[in-house]
Amino acid sequence: MPGKRPTATSRPIRILIAKPGLDGHDRGAKVVARALRDAGMEVIYAGLRQTPEEIVEAAIEEDVDLIGLSLLSGAHMALFPRVLALLKARKMRSVPVFAGGIIPDEDARRLRKIGIRAIFGPGTSLDQIVTTARAIARPRS
Amino acid sequence: MSPSGRVPLAARRILAGDRATLARVISDVENRAPSAIPVLRALYAHTGRARVIGFTGPLGVGKSSLISALLGRLRAAGRRVGIVAVDPSSPFSGGAVLGDRIRIERRAGDDGVFFRSMGSRGHAGGVAAATREVVRLLDAFGMDVVLLETVGSGQVDVEVRTVATTNVVVLVPHLGDEVQTLKAGLFEIADVFCVNKGDLPGADLARKDLVELTALTPARGAWRPRVVTASAKEATGIDELWEAIEAHEAFLDADGRRTAGERERIAGELIELVRERVEGELTVALRSDRNLQALVDRVASRALDPHAAADRLYRGRRPRRPPAR
Repeated sequence: MPGKRPTATSRPIRILIAKPGLDGHDRGAKVVARALRDAGMEVIYAGLRQTPEEIVEAAIEEDVDLIGLSLLSGAHMALFPRVLALLKARKMRSVPVFAGGIIPDEDARRLRKIGIRAIFGPGTSLDQIVTTARAIARPRS
Repeated sequence: MSPSGRVPLAARRILAGDRATLARVISDVENRAPSAIPVLRALYAHTGRARVIGFTGPLGVGKSSLISALLGRLRAAGRRVGIVAVDPSSPFSGGAVLGDRIRIERRAGDDGVFFRSMGSRGHAGGVAAATREVVRLLDAFGMDVVLLETVGSGQVDVEVRTVATTNVVVLVPHLGDEVQTLKAGLFEIADVFCVNKGDLPGADLARKDLVELTALTPARGAWRPRVVTASAKEATGIDELWEAIEAHEAFLDADGRRTAGERERIAGELIELVRERVEGELTVALRSDRNLQALVDRVASRALDPHAAADRLYRGRRPRRPPAR
């Protein structure tokens, strides 16, 4: 619709999707990115092998409302807390983080405790991810 | 300084190098938030220094990869670089996947770079409606060079001309025969042609076609578009590409061409800003025009054709002038 201008209510949610660490499998992240796009969000796709520092810098520059991390390598207990700590250090605590991947229940409990807002394992429906993303995205004034 | 003499806090923070504030104001500009206007006004006096280089061309030709290669070169030379990459928003959902970041290689923690992805948000022409103002924010932030990447939808991405001072049209081998180069649009806006993926067979032929095209084109002013072969993947031709860009920038600096070009862009911008307001006001007024429904009835029943009805609606709105003496 050329000429259509975004209004306060139609302003899209901006979300960063990234894969921290050494992990070459990004099919899931791409499927989720596409579903979020189809739900009307602007998805900044940062892709593979991102350091926590790069992810947080991207979140700042892109002024995102939400961050989704995908990880299948098993390094989640090292990398997710690092992302959260950097967000806090850069005064970005208000940006919620959710995660997807292969994450054992015990780890998931601990990650939720330190501030990961939602964790999606294999078999999660795309609808559930979209609904949760909408619900937890940082509200804008 | 804004005419009111008060500089908004966000503007002061941007001038002081606050990246998070810059990012937030860019969002406000994208969202057309009225709060962005005083910030833009306060920062305008701090703009006009950055070189704005546009990159356009069909999707998949390697615009982002070339920008990444140039970024490394510019940072090595100590230039501060802003990058704005526009990707298409879905006309169906309004959503977008903004995927140009993945191509960009940069040193960790380098605050001489600021990269921002933008969705086109329904704006045709290859850039987003807010692009010009986002580029200006990066200029005020102190970036020496702003690299602007268009959507990459193809032949009509020509609006970048209204923002960038040098336009690079990126192509690859085997996009078509030389008749393609005669078509209107993309080929008309290039200051520099870059044949990327120059390591592939056919690069020489593509280059030859473009050289012939530029030889046939009546030179605009005295500038004949340069043709450069590069390979972002093999990191070849990047120096030549930047040299061609700088040659065009130097050409602009001679004989007052830069000022003339800027005046033309400003005139276009002022007209556009007023047109946007008039259009908005007029749309609201026409929607509530008491004659509208009656005219719709008559067009729907074929008593009147749309052109005649529009003419009556238009004349009904036009301010009546006193008769000339």
